[in-house]
Amino acid sequence: MSKQLWQRGDKLKTVIKGPVTQVDLVRYAGASGDFNPIHFDDVAAKQAGLDGVIAHGMLTMAYVGQLINEFASDNALLKEFSVRFRAMVKPGDTIICSGEVIRVEPLDSEDIQVTVSVLAETDTSQTAIKGTAILLFYAK
Amino acid sequence: MEENYIGQWSVPVNNVIEWGAVRKFAMAIGDHNPNYFDEQTAQHNHYGRLIAPPTFAVSLDYGVLPGGGFDFTGMIHSEQTFSSLRPLFVGETLTCSARLADCTTRKTGSMQMTFYVFEQQAVASDGTVVCTARMTVLRREVVAQ
Repeated sequence: MSKQLWQRGDKLKTVIKGPVTQVDLVRYAGASGDFNPIHFDDVAAKQAGLDGVIAHGMLTMAYVGQLINEFASDNALLKEFSVRFRAMVKPGDTIICSGEVIRVEPLDSEDIQVTVSVLAETDTSQTAIKGTAILLFYAK
Repeated sequence: MEENYIGQWSVPVNNVIEWGAVRKFAMAIGDHNPNYFDEQTAQHNHYGRLIAPPTFAVSLDYGVLPGGGFDFTGMIHSEQTFSSLRPLFVGETLTCSARLADCTTRKTGSMQMTFYVFEQQAVASDGTVVCTARMTVLRREVVAQ
């Protein structure tokens, strides 16, 4: 049995991203293939009833993905990654990604399954994403 | 309506996980983990090879949904889940398809909300489903009472 590295209540090392710029949104549109104009065209965003362009929800999820992978630090598989999108992220927002270990389960395979709750908040205290991830730490 | 196509998979499309595409994606999200683009570092990771970031699967081509596609204009992305057997490997070819898995409507007063659940899957050359994504999008409409 490999040593148990994590305990319930342990905090993940916070990842801070941004401030998000319109260039970031254009770059993400190109890299992801999501060319919905509400993410880079102010006119289109206003026609859709928004104040201006908003960030891709999936960009914020990718930021949270970085938080989780840094926690995994190459010793774990991200088995399940699930989020709900809440407040919209806008250019100028800084995103604070945080997480906490909520369950640690040793498996028969000697791998350790760790469940974490994750959060992405803006610097204006809006919750952009709330989610859960299940990681499998390899016994090796 | 889209509801008629629930459960029907798109015609699968082969996607090569390209080094340049993975690197560009990693740069776009500001994640400089060398396991995504540096061969020498990646040799020493659990898989001994370059991998893609956790949400990279979103950029793949899953083919056209039966019924001629789906118009996402005005939709709100409400939920997203990725279930993975392993990371996606740079250089491999994945066969990808998608379907509308569920569609439900809720009405409160004159506001109608329709939730669409899409499923996307990426299958490796040996037949294993390496990644399944579930995406819930929401449409809000004002309707007559």
